[in-house]
Amino acid sequence: MTESWRGPRRLLMAALGGLTVFYLLAPTLVIVPMSFTEAKILSFPPQGFSLQWYQRMFTDPQWSSGMLHSAQVAVLTAILATVLGTLAALGLTRGRFPGRTAVNALALSPLIVPVVIIAIGMFSLFVQWRISGSLIGLVLAHTALALPFVIVNVGTSLRTMDRNLEMAAANLGADPRRTFMRITLPIILPGVLAGAIFAFITSWDEVVVAIFLTSARFRTLPVEMWEQVRQVVDPTVAAVSTTLLVVTTALLLLLFVVRRQSPAR
Amino acid sequence: MTASLAGIPSTGPGPAGERQAGERPAGERPALVLRGLRKLFGPAAAVDGVDLEIRRGEFVTLLGPSGSGKTTTLRMVAGFMAPTSGSIEIDGSDMTRVPPYRRDVGMVFQNYALFPHMTAAQNIAFPLQMRRKSRSEIEKRVADALALVKLAKFGDRYPRQLSGGQQQRIALARAVVFGPRLLLMDEPLGALDRKLREALQLEIIHVSRELGATVLYVTHDQEEALVMSDRIAIFNAGRIDQLGSGEDLYDRPASLFVADFIGESNILRGQYERDGAGGGWLTRGSWRWRVGRASAERAALDTGSPAALVVRPERIRIVGSNDQVPAEANSVEAAITDVLYLGSDRKYGLTLPDGQRAAVRQQRDGAAGREWPSGERVQLTWSIDDGVLVADPTG
Repeated sequence: MTESWRGPRRLLMAALGGLTVFYLLAPTLVIVPMSFTEAKILSFPPQGFSLQWYQRMFTDPQWSSGMLHSAQVAVLTAILATVLGTLAALGLTRGRFPGRTAVNALALSPLIVPVVIIAIGMFSLFVQWRISGSLIGLVLAHTALALPFVIVNVGTSLRTMDRNLEMAAANLGADPRRTFMRITLPIILPGVLAGAIFAFITSWDEVVVAIFLTSARFRTLPVEMWEQVRQVVDPTVAAVSTTLLVVTTALLLLLFVVRRQSPAR
Repeated sequence: MTASLAGIPSTGPGPAGERQAGERPAGERPALVLRGLRKLFGPAAAVDGVDLEIRRGEFVTLLGPSGSGKTTTLRMVAGFMAPTSGSIEIDGSDMTRVPPYRRDVGMVFQNYALFPHMTAAQNIAFPLQMRRKSRSEIEKRVADALALVKLAKFGDRYPRQLSGGQQQRIALARAVVFGPRLLLMDEPLGALDRKLREALQLEIIHVSRELGATVLYVTHDQEEALVMSDRIAIFNAGRIDQLGSGEDLYDRPASLFVADFIGESNILRGQYERDGAGGGWLTRGSWRWRVGRASAERAALDTGSPAALVVRPERIRIVGSNDQVPAEANSVEAAITDVLYLGSDRKYGLTLPDGQRAAVRQQRDGAAGREWPSGERVQLTWSIDDGVLVADPTG
């Protein structure tokens, strides 16, 4: 470390860094104290301390069913997207077929195409298919949004994996299925789990597509929040936000742990 | 040692002492037969018509520069690549289109290719599990295989906890534990340092002989090939230039490429002339060298064709410029430019009058060991039978 990194210069860097972190986190974190307010309306700074809005979140049927629906959709999306995305990543990294680049671009397109457009498209199609406003419809839609994350994560694991290991397995008598189950999958597992976590989070806090594809009887938590905020500004929204935030943060920490556990290193 | 092998099925006729190159019981099928093997990558041929037959228990090395097709050939035998044409027969059955996992062939990779998420013992157990062996048999065979490579206490270690040499020995144990019909090795010692490489060369020889394994070995290291192999196939541009024992290749190279690739050579280029007696002459300017009958017959060149005489550095004697050269010897004038001491040997670098470089190696013992100073004008002489005639495709 050179001299210029000491003293005032270093302080300035720390201050700039701190400001950046504050800028990124403040809008999110301001909601946390607001969820513990005693007041009847959403306000900052909060008054007093109370857990009543958390209690409300669990007891109010609208909020609690929203939470249940969100969890159902996110879990099913994570499973479906992980299975499909892993298979797609295998095909896209290992396969040699015409139009591979085009298929790759198509699979990753949900990252680039504006969500509203995807939402409108899916809405018109799903209405025809009569799966709009249902669990299955939203899971399918969220799976499409989550697929790129799985494909990218698993694809990276597959590309960094030593191909000789698969050849060695075949040489030692393992057919392609057993090679995948015994060798490839255990080695790329951190990538697969990372993809699953990303898929869960993608679905868990997705609101745009969910607004189009949910109904009054079937709402997810983010949609419920959207509806409530438009009518009453009730501090329960802050409690729900904080809950979403805690779940997402916990999952990201888990992701961090998973990535460091790579067995190939 | 033999006791430790109890659980590992032998693939060949028996210990090395019993097998000898050239000996072949009547009716025994060759372990591997390659016929007209070709592999095209686009318009370019990586392997361009390889024919090879390997006896059971034989150790054959594919030797050649990188890109000469030796690794591609090995990968086709393993089944990782399909040949464009030609056939592969293992133990009498056609394997050309059989997937690798049904070929029953063991392979050792250059980078070891041990499974990182399994211990050494689990790695060795893998091929046995794939063959659905019983738990007790697997346990026994894994222990035997670990003992065979002298790593009996290392079964619980993960590959990352083992040194490069230890990893390669585990890879060897894994490749032989299921008694494969053929053992393939793709530059298995390429990533190791010299000392370890030499120790492992001996270990591989011992292990393969104890098991009587048939080995197809790939390397670009000629010394390794000479040390380890019963026979060596010299690869050049996708074909086998010459197939023979190390001695065959060194003493009787069949091409300029082989002469140049194996060992050090003095190559005298010129034009070939037959004589009536079955031998011939190589002429170059005012020089004329006699070609022995045996060598002339092997090369079977026409009068007038461009050719070269190959003479190994240790077959040449240095005599004074005015000394009488024996009638049965060839000679050429030269000037000594360098004198190098290589321990037991002394090596001279020389320049011929036309500027071509030459090398002579002398053992530093006894009478032959007269020392010549740098700058001295001398004559080089060699027995007619020590010159090997080959065609000169560049001439």
